[in-house]
Amino acid sequence: MMSVLQIRRSEKDILQSRAAEIQREIQLGERKIFSEVLDLSSGDLHAGGIKPITFVRQVLAACSYPALLEDQSLPSDVRRRAEDLLKECEGGSVGSYSESSGMVKIRECVCEFISRRDGGVSSSPDNIFISTGSQTALMKLLTVLIRPEDSCRTGVLVPEPGYATFRLALQAQRAAIIPYQLCEDQGWTLHIQELRRALQGATHTCTPAAIYICNPGNPTGHIQSRTSIEEVIRFAAEEKLFILADEVYQDCVFADDAEFVSYKKVLSEMESPISSTVELASFHSASKGFMGECGLRGGYVELVNVDPAVQKYIQTLFSTRSCPPVPGQIALQLMADPPKPGDPSFPAFTKEVQSIRHVVCRNVRQIQEVCRELPGVRCQPLKAGFFVYPRLQIPPKAIKWAKEHQMKADMLYCMRLLEEEGLHVRPGCEYGQAEDTYHIRLFVGTQADTMEAALQRLKTFHTRFLEDFS
Amino acid sequence: MSENGCEYHERVLTVDTMNPNIRQVEYAVRGPIVQRAVQIDKELEMGIKKPFTEVIKANIGDCHAMGQKPITFFRQVLALCSYPDLLEDNKFPVDAKSRAHRILQACGGGSLGAYSTSQGIEMIRQDVARYIERRDGGIACDPDNIYLSTGASDAIVTMLKLMVSGEGTSRTGVMISIPQYPLYSAALAELGAVQINYYLDEDNCWSLDINELRRALQEAKKHCSPRALCIINPGNPTGQVQSRQCIEDVIRFAAEENLFLMSDEVYQDNVYADGCKFYSFKKVLFEMGPEYSSKVELASFHSTSKCYMGECGFRGGYMEVVNLDPEVKVQLTKLVSVRLCPPVPGQALLDVVVNPPQPDEPSYDTFIKERSDILAALAEKANMTQDILNQVPGIKCNPVQGAMYTFPRIHLPPKAILKAKENGQSPDMFYCMKLLEETGICLVPGSGFGQREGTYHFRMTILPLKDKLKIVLAKIKDFHHIFTEQYS
Repeated sequence: MMSVLQIRRSEKDILQSRAAEIQREIQLGERKIFSEVLDLSSGDLHAGGIKPITFVRQVLAACSYPALLEDQSLPSDVRRRAEDLLKECEGGSVGSYSESSGMVKIRECVCEFISRRDGGVSSSPDNIFISTGSQTALMKLLTVLIRPEDSCRTGVLVPEPGYATFRLALQAQRAAIIPYQLCEDQGWTLHIQELRRALQGATHTCTPAAIYICNPGNPTGHIQSRTSIEEVIRFAAEEKLFILADEVYQDCVFADDAEFVSYKKVLSEMESPISSTVELASFHSASKGFMGECGLRGGYVELVNVDPAVQKYIQTLFSTRSCPPVPGQIALQLMADPPKPGDPSFPAFTKEVQSIRHVVCRNVRQIQEVCRELPGVRCQPLKAGFFVYPRLQIPPKAIKWAKEHQMKADMLYCMRLLEEEGLHVRPGCEYGQAEDTYHIRLFVGTQADTMEAALQRLKTFHTRFLEDFS
Repeated sequence: MSENGCEYHERVLTVDTMNPNIRQVEYAVRGPIVQRAVQIDKELEMGIKKPFTEVIKANIGDCHAMGQKPITFFRQVLALCSYPDLLEDNKFPVDAKSRAHRILQACGGGSLGAYSTSQGIEMIRQDVARYIERRDGGIACDPDNIYLSTGASDAIVTMLKLMVSGEGTSRTGVMISIPQYPLYSAALAELGAVQINYYLDEDNCWSLDINELRRALQEAKKHCSPRALCIINPGNPTGQVQSRQCIEDVIRFAAEENLFLMSDEVYQDNVYADGCKFYSFKKVLFEMGPEYSSKVELASFHSTSKCYMGECGFRGGYMEVVNLDPEVKVQLTKLVSVRLCPPVPGQALLDVVVNPPQPDEPSYDTFIKERSDILAALAEKANMTQDILNQVPGIKCNPVQGAMYTFPRIHLPPKAILKAKENGQSPDMFYCMKLLEETGICLVPGSGFGQREGTYHFRMTILPLKDKLKIVLAKIKDFHHIFTEQYS
């Protein structure tokens, strides 16, 4: 069997299984000090108790069951939007296949969204490939980039800390992972010297071909400055690297002093030949932001400066999987073209979006406050994204205990937190971190009372944990 | 060297630097002929005059696109799941509401928008397991062996990924029928696995011959390490429905030769011919007794895209794995986690498909009627298609026993074959392109599916509405006559 996936179970799996087990035990009446497991482990708004956007769901319902187009209780803009979308579907049904890269009208809409976002930089539907979540598009790009040789593997620069599922994808494709460290003390910024160091160390063991960036960052919550993005682009140009820019958190910017700028925009404003030659794939999805429609699997990749001959092959590769799920395509269209002022649904829509933003910002403030209170916890300011990623000062006795039990100290922390307080968060060891540093990742997108309860449990636990291992 | 006046810049990603396997990937169902059909569509829209007024896309197994209506009950449940406020709406029947309510309770935060576990929502896997048990006369199904997927294709490729390893003569070989559904050849190309062709017997209704399997395997052992045997039943593009005996023979063969069986059963409800019946590989395997049922490794695939549902756009599907090595199962579970989870609307749809209205429920009558009408229409069109095509001199069509396609053999005059070769086209592509340009009918040439050397075919769906299908068949008949004359 081909797989180079580690046989060892991941921390995520272990915690997830145990959390589910505990939840079942509670349901069966086993006495626990808590009545339910609180889940701050996954970047999933709806699982966190945030309600879906009404407009989105009304349109989805009307598309699924067109009899609702006659239903006067649905706002007229909902019905009109559903009607327009159904016109684009073969046979007027969302059950038909679409083009393999997604319905052309939806891709055009996504282009307009991108153009508006980037202050007018043009975008073509031929360069947009809608996919079953952005992760699938990312995997397809990897399939194209990564040569299957074992003798000199294709290398991809990957941030630490970085999104764990992506690392798994790289392993499954037999790529060589070239980690580069983000600088925690400066707010998880990316330093070119570090990229150079990482690349230098790798050139003899693999053929570096791409650099993966997550901006805004997961788990770090940092957002790259325009200067930083330019530096990375120049670096990619010099070192001949394909840029994979994972920008799924672009609509989750919280800090007042932070602004998301896309790789594409920065690239377009740089001088020739860089602007017309550096190859870039930008990923976005309807899973994050205020829509949080993870389960609908609506994502896309925009290809910039990619060789047209290669792009044709990418098109064929997409075609072998038929097409992306139509509900996901609809979610993307609605994200790209939400209700506007004057539309009947606009007031309710705006209110819902603002309320979500408000809850999340409040959660972020509360988490950061608690981090400041608790001894041995240090948190970089959260600028964007869905997670807070505090660093923990873990007592030496705990580190020793963890080592004796073949686990990292932050995994020990998370396991005990789950067992003793029913709070599920992720340990930093899953994302890659500097030696002897420990972190936990907390999701910020839950209902207000869930967050309050979670933070209460965290405080209680943390104090006890420090005492137990003093 | 300069390009557009700028200094020539060598790209990072070129056809030479990219994964070389990608060059071999083709998928005829959406290939060059379809691209030309789309172009012609646009030309028609622009008012360019053609000998026809519309392009008829008989290339792809998409029921709704060709006018088949969705099942009302399924869409009601999906609407209720999408927008749960509708659960208060009296216009929806109680049985749809109860299903929607139950599904939503199994979703994170009660929403289709939450991630599910990578293997798929547990409750739905349990429901699928019960469906399989009912279908297979009570043979046990463990929900933990069910993996929900993004259509059947996702699961098929995942299993192939697990199996492919080795290099040179130890490279994994996978047996696949010729003709086959080109997802298999595309996936094997992408993974750099060795494709081992076994020919279905055209003279015998496209049946599977064990001797041919043996021949193909012996040949293959010289240059690769055969690991799996894929079978599509009912068949695509051929439409044959394998007999029970044949399925037993295949299982015995797989047991003897230590091959992993992959059984693609997405057309399991599409059986039309008298004397034909769908037998699931799982059922037959277990009825052959523990000598086989405890040993033979099997993955069976199903989806919501075909049968009577035709819900391709929702990408709902599952696979059931049997006798998988526990360590391999761990790897499988890990592999599927990379793509996070299958689309939840597709999972919800699958749940209603395996939990349709029961006789005592309000939606039952409508549901049964809609389902029967669809399957009856398909059966009628299958028969009509084979009858009409068999009347055309130079076209020979095997009975369309099941699935959604006909794969007739076409006799092409030598001059046409020559002309095609001059154009650098396979002869049936040449034929189909001409057909498209002259009649607007889009079919897929047999070369896209594989066929015996020196034979030519096309695949046409039987999905256009009956009256339109009659017209299509008449046009093909006329075209074939003219084409044959033209190149005599």
